[in-house]
Amino acid sequence: MPDMHELAATPAWAALAYLVSGVLFILALRGLSSPGTSRRGNRLGMIGMLVAVATTLILHGTGLIQISIAIAIGGVIGFVAARKIAMTDMPQLVAAFHSLVGLAAVLVGAAAFLNPAAFGILDAQTGHIQSISRIEMGLGVAIGAITFSGSVIAFLKLNGNMSGAPIMLPARHVINLGTLAAIVGLVAYFVTDDSHWVFFSITALSFVIGFLLIIPIGGADMPVVVSMLNSYSGWAAAAMGFTLHNSAMIITGALVGSSGAILSYIMCKAMNRSFISVIAGGFGGDAVAAGGGEKVERPWKRGSADDAAFLMSQAEQVIIVPGYGMAVSQAQHVLREMGDLLKAEGVRVKYAIHPVAGRMPGHMNVLLAEANVSYDEVYELEDINSEFSQTDIAFVIGANDVTNPAAKTDKTSPIYGMPILDVEKAKTVLFLKRSMGGVGYAGVDNDVFYMDNTMMLLGDAKKMVEEIVKAMNA
Amino acid sequence: MDLISILSIFVMACFVGYYVVWSVTPALHTPLMAVTNAISSVIIVGALIASAAEGSQFSTYLGLVAVVLASVNIFGGFAVTERMLAMYKKKDRKS
Repeated sequence: MPDMHELAATPAWAALAYLVSGVLFILALRGLSSPGTSRRGNRLGMIGMLVAVATTLILHGTGLIQISIAIAIGGVIGFVAARKIAMTDMPQLVAAFHSLVGLAAVLVGAAAFLNPAAFGILDAQTGHIQSISRIEMGLGVAIGAITFSGSVIAFLKLNGNMSGAPIMLPARHVINLGTLAAIVGLVAYFVTDDSHWVFFSITALSFVIGFLLIIPIGGADMPVVVSMLNSYSGWAAAAMGFTLHNSAMIITGALVGSSGAILSYIMCKAMNRSFISVIAGGFGGDAVAAGGGEKVERPWKRGSADDAAFLMSQAEQVIIVPGYGMAVSQAQHVLREMGDLLKAEGVRVKYAIHPVAGRMPGHMNVLLAEANVSYDEVYELEDINSEFSQTDIAFVIGANDVTNPAAKTDKTSPIYGMPILDVEKAKTVLFLKRSMGGVGYAGVDNDVFYMDNTMMLLGDAKKMVEEIVKAMNA
Repeated sequence: MDLISILSIFVMACFVGYYVVWSVTPALHTPLMAVTNAISSVIIVGALIASAAEGSQFSTYLGLVAVVLASVNIFGGFAVTERMLAMYKKKDRKS
């Protein structure tokens, strides 16, 4: 009995230190409300982490050498990855990082299960793990394992090691629901029986369900998936915080959990899809049948880089609409160069970002920031949409579905109801696209291609913009 | 701490998270994901306890591996956020 309390109770100073670290994490997120305060916020987050780690090391000060080596190894890997990664690959990096949090949660859970006394969760009277801790631990390990395997799949899809197309297993809903039910049942059973097999079955089934949940989800739904896994990594940390009675972990877990949940919500809303339908998966696979009703050849106009350069330099205002295609061809730098040339000619240049453009929330913003585009030229959908009707040229680069007016008019369209950028209202639309054959992820044709005031620029986004820049300089 | 106080902290933190995250500008959603990823690695606290604990050698190893993984995230997450945030600039560029 006494030794249990000795281990379980955290000294007051340490509890306060963990609280401080939690508050610093809140301030870190608060800093992101504007680019101006964001860097200070990030520093506060680092201090918060330092406080949490230092406090833990002072409390449990053995094995410092091995621990320092472990931190050094991880630190170097993380730092190098963060330095080297191309900004276009950010979604993969984030997915990879999520998987590590998930796996760390599983390992911590397993360590606590195997050595409960060290974590102060051993019931000294029965010699078993306290029942309440078993629920927390079971949930923490399950969420951690789902985060891990789900993020690994998300990483492989984003990184192109695995096709972005949805992979559909027969009867997958039955399999998934059955597996989930089994996990919930096992966590409940774990309260009455803390044998090894129960714990490790929970872990194994959770790894499996994470894998099964993500494979049927198509590439374009990745913003939701990445946000959702972000949320899970938070809940996993929170569950472990409950096990360890640690306020820093609980506060952080709740913050990260709600953050990811809100981002998922924003992404779903921007696609007018319910969270359930995204998770159910398959989008992009069966949509072809839904959208490809009448496939008639319609006339369209093709333009050259010279035409585009001329039209834009004559314009008063140009709104650039970037999409995933810009990221794929790394066109952001030359695009900014084009914007600079236009501005030098007295043209107003603005960028319009759809919330789901790209493969993760804010993906386009980061790329434009990387290319040195001033952030006050970059607008969100609701702030700029009314301007298209007074704009001479909408320059769409690598985006498609987010400009499709069928979302407003065609009730049978799979993207019906999705808020879109009203590019068709601009006097002229320059639509930069790889080829006429390909349709967007939703598999629907876009009426904008065939409008009288649309000029299609076909080719690789980067090469085409380079040619436009060349034409402007000529 | 008893379960009720922990639960209170948790519920309050969810509300704080809700309001703080809605105030994040959409332009910074990618850095938001990177920094939340970094701070969720506070799970390193559990990993450190496991690594320092005596009693089960295997559990110590699990803890050490978890320390490595969490450290990748902490250093990587904060560094990449810093790198991204440094790019968000207003007008003051040369060309």
